[in-house]
Amino acid sequence: MLKKRIIPCLDIKDGRVVKGVNFVDLIDAGDPVESAKEYNDLGADELVFLDITATKEKRKTLAQLVEKVAAQVFIPLTVGGGIRTVEDMQFILRAGADKVSVNSAAVKNPELVREGAKIFGSQCIVGAVDAAKRENGEGWEIFVHGGSKETGIDLIEWVKELEELGAGEILLTSINADGTKDGFDLEMLKAVTEAVNIPVIASGGAGNIQHFKDVFTKTGADAALAASIFHFGEIAIKDVKKELEKAEIPVRIEENK
Amino acid sequence: MIAIIDYGAGNLNSIQKALEFVGEETVILETGKKEEIKKYDALVLPGVGAFPGAMERLKKDEFIDFIDQFVATGKPFLGICLGMQLLFEWGYEDQKTSGLGLLKGNVVKMDSHYKIPHMGWNQLEIIKDDPLFKGLPESPHFYFVHSYQLDQVTEDVLATVGYGTTVPAVVKKDNVIGFQFHPEKSGDNGIQLLKNFRELL
Repeated sequence: MLKKRIIPCLDIKDGRVVKGVNFVDLIDAGDPVESAKEYNDLGADELVFLDITATKEKRKTLAQLVEKVAAQVFIPLTVGGGIRTVEDMQFILRAGADKVSVNSAAVKNPELVREGAKIFGSQCIVGAVDAAKRENGEGWEIFVHGGSKETGIDLIEWVKELEELGAGEILLTSINADGTKDGFDLEMLKAVTEAVNIPVIASGGAGNIQHFKDVFTKTGADAALAASIFHFGEIAIKDVKKELEKAEIPVRIEENK
Repeated sequence: MIAIIDYGAGNLNSIQKALEFVGEETVILETGKKEEIKKYDALVLPGVGAFPGAMERLKKDEFIDFIDQFVATGKPFLGICLGMQLLFEWGYEDQKTSGLGLLKGNVVKMDSHYKIPHMGWNQLEIIKDDPLFKGLPESPHFYFVHSYQLDQVTEDVLATVGYGTTVPAVVKKDNVIGFQFHPEKSGDNGIQLLKNFRELL
C-alpha cells in the first residue's frame, strides 16, 4: 500500500533558503543543499522548493540550486514559482527536478498544463491552487499571484479541469487556514479529494500532530505539506510519522532507523 | 565505468548523479557502438516514457545488438522502471510491441482499484534473498512511478510490492537485473541498493 507523504516546503529567494531548516546544528540554515540533506535525514518523503523571487533573471539561479540539491539528495523534488512556459518546465526538470508546480500561469493559460503533461508526462506536472471560501459561504474560489488576486473561478471546477488537462497531482493551499496553525482546511480538502482522482497534497494550517492525523483520517488527502512548523523544529517529521503509524495511517518509517 | 543508455526517454540526470554519488564514473551513450562494450563495467537502461517509442528508439540508435552482446559478456545490465519493463518479451502499452526478450514475461496495464499511476513510496516484500538486498531493512521502502507491470511472478522475481495487485518490483536472472521503482529517488535505501549493485561489478 502507498504511504501517506509528509512534505516540507522550502521558500527560496535568490538561490538561498529564506524559510528553511533552522536547527542549531546546521552550519548554514540558508543553504538549500544543507536544508535538503537535513530533511532527508529526518524522514521527509519529498521536498518542495518554492521560488518566491521567481523572475526570469533568477531562473538560472534556481536551476543551479536544483542541480546542486539533486546531486546530493535522492528523494523526489518539486519546484515551483514563476514557471510560465514549457521551456521553463524543461529548464527546471533538466536541472534535476522530478516535478514542476504551476499556479497563476496555469490559470492564465491552461494549455500550459496540457502541453507540459504531453511532453514530460502527467507525473511531472503539479497543479498548485490557492483557494478561499466565498464571502457568501457557498463554495470556494481560487486566487492567483500568491493568493492576492481573486479570479471568480470556482475551486471544484478548476481542480477538475486541471485533472482533465493532465496534471498528475494537486497541491491545494487554503488561504483561510494558511498561517493560522489551527489545522488543515478539512472541509475544502474533503470537497477537492472527492472531486478528483489524482493525488492531493494538503497545504496550509498545520500547527500540531493532531492536525496531520485529522487530514488523513477525515479527508482523502495523499500528502501533507508544511513549512514553518518543520523549519523551526516545533514539530519533528519523525514524531508526526510515529503518531500517524500509531493511528494506523500508513507512513514510511524504516524499521532499522 | 557505468554506461547509461540515452534513448530520448527523459531525464538521465538523476540516475547519473546517484551512480556518481556511490562512487562510479558514468558515461551517457547516444548510440550503441559494439566496439566500445569492453570499456564498460555495467550498462544501465533507465526509462521514462512509453514502451513502443522506447523500443523504436533503441532500434534506431543501434542498441538492440549492443545490449545482446553486452549481456553475453556476463557484465551487469540494469533496467530501471520502463527500462526494467523493456527486458521482457512483449509490452502491451498502447499497442503490442516486442521487448528485448531477455527475461520471461509480458508487461501489462496495472489492474488495481487504487489510483493509477502507482506513484509514491511503497514497501517491498522480498521473496528471494539476494546480495542486492544487503544492508536494507526487512521490508524496505522505495519510490515508484508507473502504470504498467510484469504480468506474473516469474522465477526471476526477487521482490514484489502490493498495490491492490501484486507487482513484481525486483527481477534478476544471472547478470540481467530490473527495478520497477526508482532507486535514484528512494533516499538512503536507493543509495544502498546502488552500492550493492556496484559490488556486482
